[in-house]
Amino acid sequence: MKADPKGVLTGTHELTGNEACAEGAFAAGCRFLGLYPIVPSVEISERYLERAPEIGATFIQMEDEVSALAAVLGASWTGKRSMTVTSGSGLSLMMEHLGLGIMLETPCVIVDVQSMGPGLGLPTRASQGDVMQARWGSHGDYEVIALAPSSPQEMFDYTIKAFNFSERYRIPAVVLSDAYIARLKEKVVIPAANKIELEPRRYYNGAPGTYLPYKRDKDYVPRMVDIGKGYRFHVTGLTHDDRGYPIMFEECQEYNVHPLMWKIRKYVDDIVEFQESQIDDADVVVVAYGVTARAAHSAVEKARAAGVKAGVLKLTTVWPFPEKRIATLAKKAKAFVVPEMNFGQIVSEVERCSYGEANVFFVAHGDTGIEDPENILSAIQEASRTQKVQSGVVEYRGA
Amino acid sequence: MDTQETAQKKIQTAKAAKDLAQMNDIHPMDDFIRMDRMPHIWCPGCGIGIAVTAFAAALEKAQIDLNKVSIVSGIGCTGRVAGYVKLDSFHTTHGRPIAYATGIQVANPDMKVVVFSGDGDLIAIGGNHFIHAARRNINMLVVCVNNFIYAMTGGQVAPTTPLAAYATTSPFGCVEPPFNIPYIADSAGAVYVARWTTLHVRRLMNAMTEGLQKNGFSVVEAISPCAMYYSRINRLGDGLDMMNFYHDNVEIRHGEDTKNLDIGFQTKIICGKFVDRERPTYMERYSQWSEAAKGAKR
Repeated sequence: MKADPKGVLTGTHELTGNEACAEGAFAAGCRFLGLYPIVPSVEISERYLERAPEIGATFIQMEDEVSALAAVLGASWTGKRSMTVTSGSGLSLMMEHLGLGIMLETPCVIVDVQSMGPGLGLPTRASQGDVMQARWGSHGDYEVIALAPSSPQEMFDYTIKAFNFSERYRIPAVVLSDAYIARLKEKVVIPAANKIELEPRRYYNGAPGTYLPYKRDKDYVPRMVDIGKGYRFHVTGLTHDDRGYPIMFEECQEYNVHPLMWKIRKYVDDIVEFQESQIDDADVVVVAYGVTARAAHSAVEKARAAGVKAGVLKLTTVWPFPEKRIATLAKKAKAFVVPEMNFGQIVSEVERCSYGEANVFFVAHGDTGIEDPENILSAIQEASRTQKVQSGVVEYRGA
Repeated sequence: MDTQETAQKKIQTAKAAKDLAQMNDIHPMDDFIRMDRMPHIWCPGCGIGIAVTAFAAALEKAQIDLNKVSIVSGIGCTGRVAGYVKLDSFHTTHGRPIAYATGIQVANPDMKVVVFSGDGDLIAIGGNHFIHAARRNINMLVVCVNNFIYAMTGGQVAPTTPLAAYATTSPFGCVEPPFNIPYIADSAGAVYVARWTTLHVRRLMNAMTEGLQKNGFSVVEAISPCAMYYSRINRLGDGLDMMNFYHDNVEIRHGEDTKNLDIGFQTKIICGKFVDRERPTYMERYSQWSEAAKGAKR
């Protein structure tokens, strides 16, 4: 399916990450925004609202983040691609409906512009502190898809990707931006509408009365219908059978909940995306995502200039995590360096997936400001001097 | 000619037989209730079933295309209603059905949205969504079944529990004054507000019909017996005793100022239609604004 030209602002623009996100949403066919204002994500909503009338999109500012995502889930069942945007404590409030969205298998996109926590934190400054929350924040067992852009261009691209994933797998998809990408203004190239490929929603086309909302296709993804089309279906957030009726037996928990995992886990290879540079001969692999990936690239250039064989693995999808790729690289490389703007979240994934075959150096960054490439460089240099041995995470905080 | 007549007769006989069979097999509410989900979970003496029956009759009376009605419930005894009615129905999180329904209404204004839930769901955890949807005047009918207690969790005190009434979490009698639901709805901007008990089936049905036909945020409070918890803990007898109590203690006062509708422990319950007014709905204002904003340079 090609994008609707109405929502595509084809051309080359100077956009901030937040503006690019709104444009990405329009290009992806998003026609409903449920919002609650929170710094530093507000500019996404403002851009969306400004352009909504001409595009024919609808929005509503709700009374809190809880209801914002609830409204998005409701809107998604009318057939409109829907999203919400938030930051910090807003994401915490959305966890209730992230869980409901997982259980109802409702496609939608949550853009989280990460700021510093915990609690009220420092809302104007960036962090990467929500990575684990996006994965594990709601109760129970589930899988999510989360993408981490590192530039306004990627903000545009990944917002479209998030919509495509959410429709393909009937799952809420999360875009993990941060306060710096949000305000960074760069060149954004928006292609022509016929060059933007969109994942169509997979509808059930049978006669009314025959629709089973959770009868799964071979790939475990059930088909949807829109409300108001005469199907008169029922869906529930309780453990349910194919008909969407609550069934309170443990057999049904297995029948219902396990496929929520399988539909992602069995198709991880189709979902996982990453970008590698100078990896082939690398002794030290820097695993980075989001704004930190920019510092990582700069540090690797400097390391190469100093004769250290280093490379970057930049995560496009943070969740699902590229487990296999890390395991393969762990056999080849001496060490991983993981810079993050938090006190250690993805680093534990890297360590887990390297199965003790490579050292893992963690460059913590819990301060305001973007990670200094020099810190990453020092970590790369120290990592390159180590022997290839098994060990736990070494916390590296610069000289 | 003869054969044709015989054939005609045969068809008629077959049709009569089929009608007869249908009379035996089909319940008049078959088109409305998910019969494959019966029996329901509600206790003997509970009033929720009566409210659902009244709602079914109201949908029929209001002559609304059932394909264009979406019903959303939250959590609790009344939260199960969405699961039993054959409409596009959603059983959502605790307290959030109004927020969920708002998304449906705004994204597809052609849908008639109904929120059917309990007092704990709509007025405690969902109180904020309730007042904001009323303020925005989102076009929806809210049926709030008020049984004065959290029944599904076993009889805890609710924001509607009358002062001094017992609950498992108010072992010395409820110390909090309760909410007066019509008063909140009225002050927040609802365009239609009525209260009936489940004894007043016909009036309840009429109120729901009017609510369905109203363009805007309509609230119908249905006072319902909870024989299993509220009555038992407070030693008020069974469901029938509660119905008798309603019979003796309900006073009908249409147009009464909603300020005066507080319900005390075993005091008089004032029922009636209290608010029926016109205000532009959210979508009316929204489309007006949206049209004006098109092409406007800002």
